[in-house]
Amino acid sequence: MKGINQRTKAVAFALCMMGMLIAVYTFGLLISEEAMMSGFQNAHQPPSWKYPFGTDALGRNLLLRTIKGLSVSITVGIVASLISALIAALVGMATAVGSKRVDAVVGWWIDLVMGVPHTVFILLISFALGRGVKGLLVGIAATHWCSLARLIRGEVLQLRCQQYVAVSRRLGKSGGWILIHHLFPHLIPQFFVGLVLMFPHVILHEASISFLGYGLPPEQPSIGIILSESIRYLSAGMWWMAVLPGLVLVGIVWGLERLADYLHRILDPYSVQE
Amino acid sequence: MRLEARKLSFRYHRKQPWILNNCNLSVETGSRLALVAPSGYGKTTLALLLSGYLQPTEGEVILDGRPLPQKGICPVQLIYQHPEKAINPRWRLRQVLEDGGQMQEEIFPAFGIQREWLNRFPGELSAGELQRFCVARALLSGASFLICDEISTMLDVITQAQIWNKILEEAKNRSMGIIVITHNLALATKICDQIYDLSKQEYRDKSS
Repeated sequence: MKGINQRTKAVAFALCMMGMLIAVYTFGLLISEEAMMSGFQNAHQPPSWKYPFGTDALGRNLLLRTIKGLSVSITVGIVASLISALIAALVGMATAVGSKRVDAVVGWWIDLVMGVPHTVFILLISFALGRGVKGLLVGIAATHWCSLARLIRGEVLQLRCQQYVAVSRRLGKSGGWILIHHLFPHLIPQFFVGLVLMFPHVILHEASISFLGYGLPPEQPSIGIILSESIRYLSAGMWWMAVLPGLVLVGIVWGLERLADYLHRILDPYSVQE
Repeated sequence: MRLEARKLSFRYHRKQPWILNNCNLSVETGSRLALVAPSGYGKTTLALLLSGYLQPTEGEVILDGRPLPQKGICPVQLIYQHPEKAINPRWRLRQVLEDGGQMQEEIFPAFGIQREWLNRFPGELSAGELQRFCVARALLSGASFLICDEISTMLDVITQAQIWNKILEEAKNRSMGIIVITHNLALATKICDQIYDLSKQEYRDKSS
């Protein structure tokens, strides 16, 4: 296409994706509990024009409930992945700049956290903190920072011995100046791409923990809660209760992965000419 | 001013062999010295020691009667062989020049730097074009000595001649001292007052 390069396309797609997320989020916030109710006489309705996702056992409109659930999931996803990414950035930079001993201790700690299966770890932490949003957030934030921390550590170690950093030092620049001007331009894209990639991971974990009953309480309709409620009716042939919200979750996760990919292209100067 | 290496020795570790052993040489501002030796005789290590990137294991580097300053802008600036490694790939080239010091646009035409390059990223220019920025950066810092470590090896002969003419002219105007590291004996003979052979650790006759 003439006049439209990869970069413009990437920016357009990233903006579309973010717009969609924000739309789902705000729409979900605006939906009230009453709006979903359509009365018990409408329970167990299959998908129709009036109820595109059908209704559940209490006669609630599943499309509205799914959107509301997504908005809960997005909140949990943003908060947990932001906390996690910040921990990762701080730990990564501290290990790279600190002494060998700090590096060894933190490296061991990272291996330990990565060695335990995430789901089990989140279950334990969430259970110990009394479930609910708080337990879930702490559990997810405490387990997802490891791989990004490793990435940032490696990046800082690699950057610190680059010739251009040495040149700046001989031109009289201080350590803080080098951190801001030389290291940050390399680390910030890594940070944001890592953050966005963590986001779908977090949403999936939130859904699975809530599904198992150790996450959000049933009155907060996250996707995990909707799925765990629907499981009882699956054997009765009411497929729409699980399949449609599940598909929406898959769609959101896929879209976020693409968003991270496009973000990477936008932030990488080498991709300008592609 | 005088840049001097006194009994300079260097090795990376106590158990490793000497890379440089008891090396003595000196350069005055306004003069030009060529360092020649086959590969592996420590030419680049010597350059790193003289410009303060490495600390000597024994001996010292003396500038104007005092040890080379470790903080602030170093008066001895090194230009590397690979400009693409000496420039941050995420910086625009304007920043690269500003790293050296106050921007002086009047030096652009002489170095063949075009103004529109300033807003580009290093990946969008060739190695020869980037090397001009490295040289300009070193000159902008107001250095008294310039060490050029094989800076023109990857350039075509015309660009080589252009860059060297410019460096020599600037060095003359600012009465800088220059140390040229090269494998190219013809180049060394052409532009330098003296040639020091690091493999024999002695000054070499220019006519031979």
